[in-house]
Amino acid sequence: MFFTYVARELRRRRRQAFVVALGLALGVGLVVTVSAMSAGVRTAQAKVLKSLYGVGTDVTVTQAAGAGSGGPARFGLNAPNDARQGKRFSRDDILESPGLGTIPATRASTVASLSGVRSAAGGLSLISIHAEGKFPDFGQNQQGTGSARASTPATQPSIAPIKVTSYSITGLDVTNTAVGPLSGARITSGRYFASTETNAKVAVLDSSYAKQHKLSVGSTLSIDGTKFTVIGIATLPTGGEPSNVYIPLARAQKLAGESGKVNRIYVKATSASNIASVKAEIQKVLPKATVTTADDLASQVTGSLSSAASLSRNLGTWLGIAALIAAFAVASLLTMSAVSRRVRELGTLKALGWRSRRVVGQVMGEAVAQGILGGILGIGIGVGGAVLISKVAPSLTATVGAAATGTPVTGAAVPGVGPQGPLGQALASASHTIRVPLTAPLSFGLFALAIGLALAGGLLAGSLGGWRAARLRPAEALRRVD
Amino acid sequence: MYELKGVTKTYRKGDARITALQDVDLTIAEGEFLAVQGPTGQGKTTLLQLLGGLDRPSSGSLLFEDRDLATMREGQLTEVRSRSFGFVFQTFNLIPTLTAQENVETALVPLGMPASKRRERARGSLAEVGLAERAAHLPLELSGGEQQRVAIARALVRNPNVILADEPTGNLDEGTRDEIIGLLERLWADRGQTLVIVTHDSRIAGRAQRTAWIREGRLSVRESAEPAVTR
Repeated sequence: MFFTYVARELRRRRRQAFVVALGLALGVGLVVTVSAMSAGVRTAQAKVLKSLYGVGTDVTVTQAAGAGSGGPARFGLNAPNDARQGKRFSRDDILESPGLGTIPATRASTVASLSGVRSAAGGLSLISIHAEGKFPDFGQNQQGTGSARASTPATQPSIAPIKVTSYSITGLDVTNTAVGPLSGARITSGRYFASTETNAKVAVLDSSYAKQHKLSVGSTLSIDGTKFTVIGIATLPTGGEPSNVYIPLARAQKLAGESGKVNRIYVKATSASNIASVKAEIQKVLPKATVTTADDLASQVTGSLSSAASLSRNLGTWLGIAALIAAFAVASLLTMSAVSRRVRELGTLKALGWRSRRVVGQVMGEAVAQGILGGILGIGIGVGGAVLISKVAPSLTATVGAAATGTPVTGAAVPGVGPQGPLGQALASASHTIRVPLTAPLSFGLFALAIGLALAGGLLAGSLGGWRAARLRPAEALRRVD
Repeated sequence: MYELKGVTKTYRKGDARITALQDVDLTIAEGEFLAVQGPTGQGKTTLLQLLGGLDRPSSGSLLFEDRDLATMREGQLTEVRSRSFGFVFQTFNLIPTLTAQENVETALVPLGMPASKRRERARGSLAEVGLAERAAHLPLELSGGEQQRVAIARALVRNPNVILADEPTGNLDEGTRDEIIGLLERLWADRGQTLVIVTHDSRIAGRAQRTAWIREGRLSVRESAEPAVTR
């Protein structure tokens, strides 16, 4: 009787029931779309952060370079003596990542022992600048070299082309695979470091760098005169980690002449909820350090991703809430008006001995049925909206400012080291611009949310309608229509 | 069965206070056929609603089977209504979305009866009023007389002690009116239930054993010289 009566009543006022369900559906659909978009933006943010961070790293610890250190990088390209003028040269310079001061490597163990920390590993980020070409010739070696050269004024040195290339190197703790710059990477060829290779001359290359320089597993890479064997090629998540070459930490320390030092500590917390307290703990033991969490990094992300995040957070949320309130209000008003039009019917049922709760239940049942219908339609609208966003929305760009990760090197005195040159680009790689497609992923949770919201709308409308029905006194109800 | 003493019912309508019934004393015996007659708006329906536990008197006592309906809480009144009274209204008051059969079943819902038993009893009741073949029709598909017969079947289906009919022929033509009154009288004669009919029609009132006359909220009772139907 209950279901028959609910179904027949809804069929009788199907137009009104459809309006109520559609109103709820629009509100719910908007919430589903906005939530799916927010989830998409969060996924995009997570991708960006992963690419900056490495999977599994919750916190990074760095220390700003102290006054007088980490200053301008200088290159002297004068020949060491006159005999070398005009001769070929090739040299490597290893610089520490600009703006980052060193931290004793033992601090990584200190951090690892803090409560809430699952794992911590030190890393040393370096930049290698390789220059090759000819030393400038100031004329002493030009005597008697032929008529063609005789026309060159002796006071004008010949500027031979100098090729400058740079790449980034990260020394990492090979004994700790849980956390670090490569923890999120996929080894596409070869292998990862063995835990015994703490001081081995082996390297893992970023896949794009390896491809660009035609290097593969087994190739040899010379860094500042030391030959490293390539043992693996790694692909990092979208966006890429700044480092081109990964080598054991001890080797990086030797190259940089920074024995026992690191300039980054990668930290993994025991759970996401511990991150804030871990940050506070680290700041206590390393008061001078800069402790950066994923949230901090997220706040430094700019570009359309950031705009989309703020759009979905602000406008989207409020729009969804406003639409829901409107839908709930319409559903409630229409349900109450439907009860008002059924005074005689409901009064008769009460006269027949139906308890108030049975009459209220009937009204609630009708409203909840409309809510379920609204929820199903809302899922349809939400899915449509999400699909539309995934198909139509442009890719988002995310930029993390250089100020967050380093300071530009100044005083470069060789061609190719300016902002447009290879070194400038290498340094600017600390400032990432990443393109991420905007998707609006749907999940079971979202569908549950849709049904839950529509049911809540139905229950609210039903409660108000039911309240009105419960207040009906049968005699008055029958008198009012007589 | 009923014993009313000093029953007064007043309503507030805006600032005005309207006295619908004033100091009514009335006794109704079990199995009696009583007509309540009077002009429109003089308190007939109010009296019927008090007798049916749809409302409570403002003062006085209203004993039904030795229980005072005047002092009962709403829940208790609902319980008494569901077991003891069958109502027949002038406007039939059928649920428009339910079939004749389902409308009759609504009276059994408060009794918590299993659906199969409910259906069986509803079918039986419809057969008693001659509408077995119209059980699956919606009210709108039935004539006025048929709708009132469905309403009578609904009133009878739980075999109440009292049938309370409020102008049961008020919305019917003359031929149908006689048919409905005839049906009510037959059922009363066969079943031995108490029947109270509110009417402004003297011909119907004249068929009852006694007639209670209401004018301006005051009641007087007279015996019928010769009731049309007897048990």
